[in-house]
Amino acid sequence: MVEGSGKINKELNLKGKVCPYTFIESMLSLEEMKAGEVLRIIVDFLPAVSEVPKSLKNEGYEILEVSPVNGTDWAIIVRNKEID
Amino acid sequence: MKFSDEQIHRYSRQMILPGVGGKGQRKLLEAKVFIMGAGGLGSPAALYLAAAGVGTIGLADFDRVELHNLQRQILHKTCDVGLLKVESGTRTLESLNPGVGIQTYSERITAANIREIIKGYDLVLDGSDNFPTRFLLNDACYFEKKTLISGAILRFDGQLSTFKPHAGGPCYRCLFPELPPPGVVPSCQEAGVLGAVAGIIGILQANEALKEILGLGESMTGRFLMFNSLNLSFYEVKIQRNPNCLLCGDNPKIKDLIEYPQSCQGNAAGPSLPP
Repeated sequence: MVEGSGKINKELNLKGKVCPYTFIESMLSLEEMKAGEVLRIIVDFLPAVSEVPKSLKNEGYEILEVSPVNGTDWAIIVRNKEID
Repeated sequence: MKFSDEQIHRYSRQMILPGVGGKGQRKLLEAKVFIMGAGGLGSPAALYLAAAGVGTIGLADFDRVELHNLQRQILHKTCDVGLLKVESGTRTLESLNPGVGIQTYSERITAANIREIIKGYDLVLDGSDNFPTRFLLNDACYFEKKTLISGAILRFDGQLSTFKPHAGGPCYRCLFPELPPPGVVPSCQEAGVLGAVAGIIGILQANEALKEILGLGESMTGRFLMFNSLNLSFYEVKIQRNPNCLLCGDNPKIKDLIEYPQSCQGNAAGPSLPP
């Protein structure tokens, strides 16, 4: 899987976390980041692979990529909002 | 401020709401709400505000818990009879959410202390059971430029509005210029109230307080809601600032707080709404 999204500003390891905490912790990280910065989120809870991007998109964040890392982990790459 | 895992778990179901998130939860944790009365309205309001994580709740009531309060004043339990309501209320709220700070005021709220007390708060909820306090609170909120979330109940009916004259809206006196004359309003002993009605209006007050803190939705300022539980109906009218208002009008007559006499557990000029 190609991670062609350019620079990653922060990594967030949410392995072992389930919904809705995967979404909440992703959002909390993004709220602390600067406008336009990119966050790479690692999850291993399968429903989070579809639910976290969906919820972040609803909140106005831009999903750049969702891809498997290995047999258990997935990476969600999301760009922070430009203006709040 | 970083959220603890406990906070993320506790508040998760409101943090995932659109427009709340970590920023909204932080606003709630930093908010200070003063509640006048730990009775029928103040009880449900305080419970939901504490549950939501409103960081500081001021609770004012000089009464002690009596058995006949328990039909509607859900902060208090049978074992609390005889305790100060603010003691009993603090115990209940702290057991619900130890992360919330409760400030208590067991002294009588008067013209001499009210302005100083509400200065330290962002929002004021009126859960008082009598007109002298209701007018005192309105006038104090006007002078201190505090948003007042007003609730009232009687028998099977309730009322709700938010007064923000500092933001152009009406104040309580724009609607009700003066205390009702003696005998017009039934006394607390005569009238009665359905406990659930107190719950509904108190929870609506909490709802409006949370909206004001979070900056979400449509404020109840300029709107006056009437509720009847028997036919389960809500009726809303638009209200406007009265340019002739004695308090917030163009030529105000009231320049300072007025101490109206209290009697009959509440009101010399007209008996009270049940707490």
